[in-house]
Amino acid sequence: MNAGWSFYIAIFTVVNILACLWLLWWTSRHRTKDEATETTGHTWDGLTEYNKPLPRWWLNLFYATIAFAFAYLVLFPGLGSFAGTKQWTSSDELATEQQAANAKRDAALARYAQRPVAELVHDESALALGRGVFANHCAACHGSDARGARGYPNLTDADWLWGGEPERVLETVLDGRNAAMPALGGVLGDDGVAETAVYVQKLAGGPVDPALASRGERRFATLCAACHGADGKGNPALGAPNLTDDTWLYGGDLAAITQTIRDGRDGAMPAHRTLIGEPRARLAVAWVLSGAGSAAPAAGAGTPPQSP
Amino acid sequence: MNHEKVEKNAALMGVLIAIVIAVGGLVEIVPLMYQAQVVEPLPGMKPYPALELAGRDIYVREGCYNCHSQMVRTLRFETERYGHHSLAGESVYDRPFQWGSKRTGPDLARVGGRYSDDWHRVHLIDPRAVVPESNMPGFPWLAETPVDAATIRRHMEGLRTLGDPYTADDLDGVNAAVDGHSELDALVAYLQGLGRYAPRVEAAPAAAAGAATATK
Repeated sequence: MNAGWSFYIAIFTVVNILACLWLLWWTSRHRTKDEATETTGHTWDGLTEYNKPLPRWWLNLFYATIAFAFAYLVLFPGLGSFAGTKQWTSSDELATEQQAANAKRDAALARYAQRPVAELVHDESALALGRGVFANHCAACHGSDARGARGYPNLTDADWLWGGEPERVLETVLDGRNAAMPALGGVLGDDGVAETAVYVQKLAGGPVDPALASRGERRFATLCAACHGADGKGNPALGAPNLTDDTWLYGGDLAAITQTIRDGRDGAMPAHRTLIGEPRARLAVAWVLSGAGSAAPAAGAGTPPQSP
Repeated sequence: MNHEKVEKNAALMGVLIAIVIAVGGLVEIVPLMYQAQVVEPLPGMKPYPALELAGRDIYVREGCYNCHSQMVRTLRFETERYGHHSLAGESVYDRPFQWGSKRTGPDLARVGGRYSDDWHRVHLIDPRAVVPESNMPGFPWLAETPVDAATIRRHMEGLRTLGDPYTADDLDGVNAAVDGHSELDALVAYLQGLGRYAPRVEAAPAAAAGAATATK
């Protein structure tokens, strides 16, 4: 703000308050001696209204607000770009509060920071915190029971698209993943898509037309095997799912598989490093790997705790 | 002059009330029209790309602002939930801005990148498919309505007249940018761009590791 506008605001504000002061003084200067007798002159069915001045204590409250206004404008920002003698800003106040709260939080999380996630999986207090983190930040997609939904992986089974080791899962949470299944409809053509889809069903152990499947197998070997592997068992380094099991992110019926091959899929896990930070992410991962509240811990949950 | 004259003369009273109200406006609004801090965008900030601009129009048309604000206040429980507090420079290309305090749904100023595109699609068509306790209405028709490139181009030309730095290339690229996209695509693109220029704060400062060793 330039000095001119600053001066404009300051002058306007001060003059306005002084005008209020004058108005108060001007309207209250004639105080009726005999307050009981003067009326407003209005008559309603013989009733009249006293014209009494403001009580002194009431009037003094107005003067007090004016004194308050001047004190405020000296201490806090209000007069143009004058920052006030306290130099207060809302962002500074926020920073101070954040610092205090973050220190408290960091102190609470510090006891988990040095321990591997595999160990936290067996720590009840860590799991209780992790459950809260999950509910706040993960449940919108993966569900509050972590069982996922169509397009959002179930985190309670032993099937991991990007690897189920604690460090891999943590990496997934912190830096996100993008599982880009390309749309192959253009490359394969309608017949090609249909044949490949049938072969994928065969991989999963379904009863299929052998002729279609064998044609699909050749297409699979040239196109799909690069990511999903020659045997269709997938590749956690790329997030390519294992196609030989019964876990389907987008559905395992022929129509869903056909759509996946033809139009592709774009599964994205958003990165959470800047959103929740590593200490909280580790707790959420620990809770997920502990079985997300269910009895059986998932694979990769690590070793049992060592007695101290 | 007696205040009886003011009370018994509606025209005079109206004029005096107008003067009193004008004082507030002259002090609080007029300087903002000239104040550089408010009209200067954040460093590196660009006006909305065509598809996001289309999405923004849909956001306004569907009345999303009735339930969602786009203003993170300087309060810790807000920055904790949403991210860095909002800055004046972020709203430079918003006409009208989407600040507010009506939050039936959450604030959206920092929603970009928090969910995947697919999540937004499912959520906009049927919110309860992904958030069972949600009371947000579904907007299934957005997926079936294409974005009209000509309208967006005219909108961009209008914004350019008002001073938004759209280039001739931006205007010529509108068709390529929005062709074949539904209103749903546009709205998702807009949502994913929200908070793009906001300062990013590391949620957990590196102090955690130091504190851990200190307590041992």
